[in-house]
Amino acid sequence: MTGTAPGLRMPDADARVLARRNDIIADLKAIVPGEGVIAHEREMRPYESDALTAYRQLPLVVVLPSTTAQVAAVLKYCHHNEIRVVPRGAGTSLSGGALPLEDAVLLGMGKFNKILEIDTPNRCAVVQPGVTNLGISKAVEHLGFYYAPDPSSQIACTIGGNVGENSGGVHCLKYGLTTNNVLGAELVLITGEIVRLGGKHLDAGGLDLLSVVIGSEGLLGVVTEVTVRLLKKPDTARAVLVGFPTSEDAGECVARIIAAGIIPAGIEMMDKDAIAAAEAFVHVGYPLDVEALLIVELDGPEAECAHLLEEVSRIAQGCNSVTLRVSTSEAERLGFWAGRKAAFPAVGRISPDYLCMDGTIPRRQLPFVLARMRELSVQYGLRVANVFHAGDGNLHPLILYDANAPGELHAAESFGADILRLCVEVGGVLTGEHGVGVEKRDLMDTMFNEVDLAQQQRMKCAFDDKSLLNPGKVFPTLHRCAEFGRMHVSGGALPFPDLPRF
Amino acid sequence: MSDIIAARDDGEVADAVRSALSAGKTLEIRGHGSKRAVGRPSQTDLTLDLSALTGVTLYEPEELVLSARAATARADIEDMLAASGQMLAFEPMDPAPLLGSPAGAGTLGGLFAVNLSGPRRISHGAVRDHALGIKAVSGRGEPFKSGGRVVKNVTGYDLPRLMAGAFGTLCIATEITLKVLPRPPMEETLVAKVASPEAAAAALSAAMGSSCEVSGAAFLPEGVAGRLPGLSGSPAVVALRLEGVAPSVTARRTMLRTVLAPFGAADVLETDASRALWLAVRDVAPFCGLGERAVWRISTEPMAGPALAARLAADLGGEAFCDWAGGLIWLCLPGESAHADAVRTALAPHGGHATLIRATAAERARTAVFQPLDAALAALTKRVKESFDPGLVLNPGRMHAGM
Repeated sequence: MTGTAPGLRMPDADARVLARRNDIIADLKAIVPGEGVIAHEREMRPYESDALTAYRQLPLVVVLPSTTAQVAAVLKYCHHNEIRVVPRGAGTSLSGGALPLEDAVLLGMGKFNKILEIDTPNRCAVVQPGVTNLGISKAVEHLGFYYAPDPSSQIACTIGGNVGENSGGVHCLKYGLTTNNVLGAELVLITGEIVRLGGKHLDAGGLDLLSVVIGSEGLLGVVTEVTVRLLKKPDTARAVLVGFPTSEDAGECVARIIAAGIIPAGIEMMDKDAIAAAEAFVHVGYPLDVEALLIVELDGPEAECAHLLEEVSRIAQGCNSVTLRVSTSEAERLGFWAGRKAAFPAVGRISPDYLCMDGTIPRRQLPFVLARMRELSVQYGLRVANVFHAGDGNLHPLILYDANAPGELHAAESFGADILRLCVEVGGVLTGEHGVGVEKRDLMDTMFNEVDLAQQQRMKCAFDDKSLLNPGKVFPTLHRCAEFGRMHVSGGALPFPDLPRF
Repeated sequence: MSDIIAARDDGEVADAVRSALSAGKTLEIRGHGSKRAVGRPSQTDLTLDLSALTGVTLYEPEELVLSARAATARADIEDMLAASGQMLAFEPMDPAPLLGSPAGAGTLGGLFAVNLSGPRRISHGAVRDHALGIKAVSGRGEPFKSGGRVVKNVTGYDLPRLMAGAFGTLCIATEITLKVLPRPPMEETLVAKVASPEAAAAALSAAMGSSCEVSGAAFLPEGVAGRLPGLSGSPAVVALRLEGVAPSVTARRTMLRTVLAPFGAADVLETDASRALWLAVRDVAPFCGLGERAVWRISTEPMAGPALAARLAADLGGEAFCDWAGGLIWLCLPGESAHADAVRTALAPHGGHATLIRATAAERARTAVFQPLDAALAALTKRVKESFDPGLVLNPGRMHAGM
């Protein structure tokens, strides 16, 4: 079996589990009969990594349940026998969230692919977690509705994975992330207990546990059903493509649009390298003599779009824009987006390999961060192209490297880590939408101190007392829950009497 | 009255919690105290007064972000936002008038802790949807932080959203960072008569399912409607709010009239009248000033709301209306008795939760104020509580008995 990439330390495999592999496989086949258990190395190969392909590891066994009862029975069995579990949706994670472990059951949720109910009077749909993100919108398109979050992998990624990662997309400035668009979920705990959080109604009647399940990267439980909010499709969507001589001008333009009280459906920015790569790939007429390009999309009633496009154009001109095109047809609008949406594959064409980073920064820090990134680019001898969800400050630097050139992968990873440290330094965060996974796990202490992380892990222990769900992800060190139970209070000697009382 | 400890900064908050923990004492966490009568009655040994923790620590309008210390007056924050043409988009309820105290009190920490969002919840989300980051002190007396100041952030568990609506039972948030949004330059409301609760549900659903971008949608039965500003003497109506720039509101008014045509003609309330109406809906004005007559807040599937509201009002001899396109029922009973079993039994087929927002302390002590949890969820909730507050020091029993 192949191990993970050098440098990534995962929790030590449990030798007792490895020794019992054949028995475990037999037991799991009794729970999930037929073809639901995959144990041959060749057949497990497709599951050895997710979209962060630098890391690979064959799992102990792959289990593909098709009912909630099977999920519950598998988890209960694993809990009882202290076997680790890695949940997986479509495997599109860019952070290694679904990376298998040698001693863990890989729980694939792909068979949960049914839309259970479409309820447009209540503007929601109840779906199984293996339904793709785009599949939801497609299923309600004929009714004039859609599901708002649109991660770029939406054709493949599943709603269960979206819940795990709190996925975003290019429209979340106006329409929010997964957490703002999911109303409820059925969650199976590692004990096999089933809890329902939320539903067709709004908000929680007690603690809002759904809030922490969303974005928990498969560490708290396994989602077997999701209720999503549906929105009516806007009547019109129009976009404006604006070129600027500097990224400062483009950043200023975004700030002024928002300060003017306009919340566009999306604001995307690309830097010169990303523009050049995209234009060479899709030929949509991006200007090549600008340092930064903005795509600003507005949606809503025709009258509103027309009014706001005029405002946005006026603001852009006041920020030294050198080119400005307003879409006059749906084809033209889609053309504006084609380059942006193809930015990753476009960069893939000009470089043998690239690393996609995902930090978020306070927007006004963009010029500083870009300048610093240029310095780092020189220092590491690696090129970087930038695409940026400018409205919400989510930056995707693409670091170009060649995995076959000795030391370049390592240099690219170090460059990436420096960028993320920079994001935190200017008041931002390590990851905006791709998740921590294994990729950013060891950087968590740049953002959180020991107490912050211990508090998060204590909450994890409330869901998963034996730390069996997706261990080795998110947190830099794996602790036993009992270690967090210790109290660090030296009783009696505290300054209680000194506090002012009245 | 329990002894009061006043904390002047985060360090003193942590000291107070550690001291209470080591002494085996419990703390009631208090800002202005304007929402003290919501939840199960407090039976704590001590009160931790946070009212000195004030001040906006960060406000960057062009970044749509605001941070403030927990006891910063909500009114001060709203004034500051308004001066930059912005707002708290979740339109937080001010429950004080319903609870019999003057409007306008309350802190950021308080509105965050109760997660009571107003009419704009249906289009812009709840308090929890705007929570970006917190600095907090756990029940262990340990200061920690979670989240950040940016909207897109999936670094670690989303604890700020969990704290919204936790009624201070998990930790003491000492500083809160929220997403803020531009205030729409104008608004108006279309009001259409409806023949029945079922017709109201259909009209609200048609409006919400259109591309009119409705940001307030209420069913106001006869009697209740007549006590609301701008609607005096009105029969049962649905009210639908449109907000935005003038050309957009004008266009959507025309669209919405078409959507409502099958239900009847609609009158228009202009900006000032519209504002007055939604403020009254937000703060449940029709049920204010009625002593301690029991008031329920029920969240359910929107299509079921109007008929359920009418049935509960009729069966229990009270009054009810719906916000949130039918999904939020405000039910006022004729006396102090909460009739919890009747309310929750009627709600059960539709799903959701019923919270007893106003009642006498005695009634709140003997009734499950928050929706009862099934065994697995109750056990999980208790473990989560203990993961933050193992000694059950912070507002114990405020939400559920024994935790």
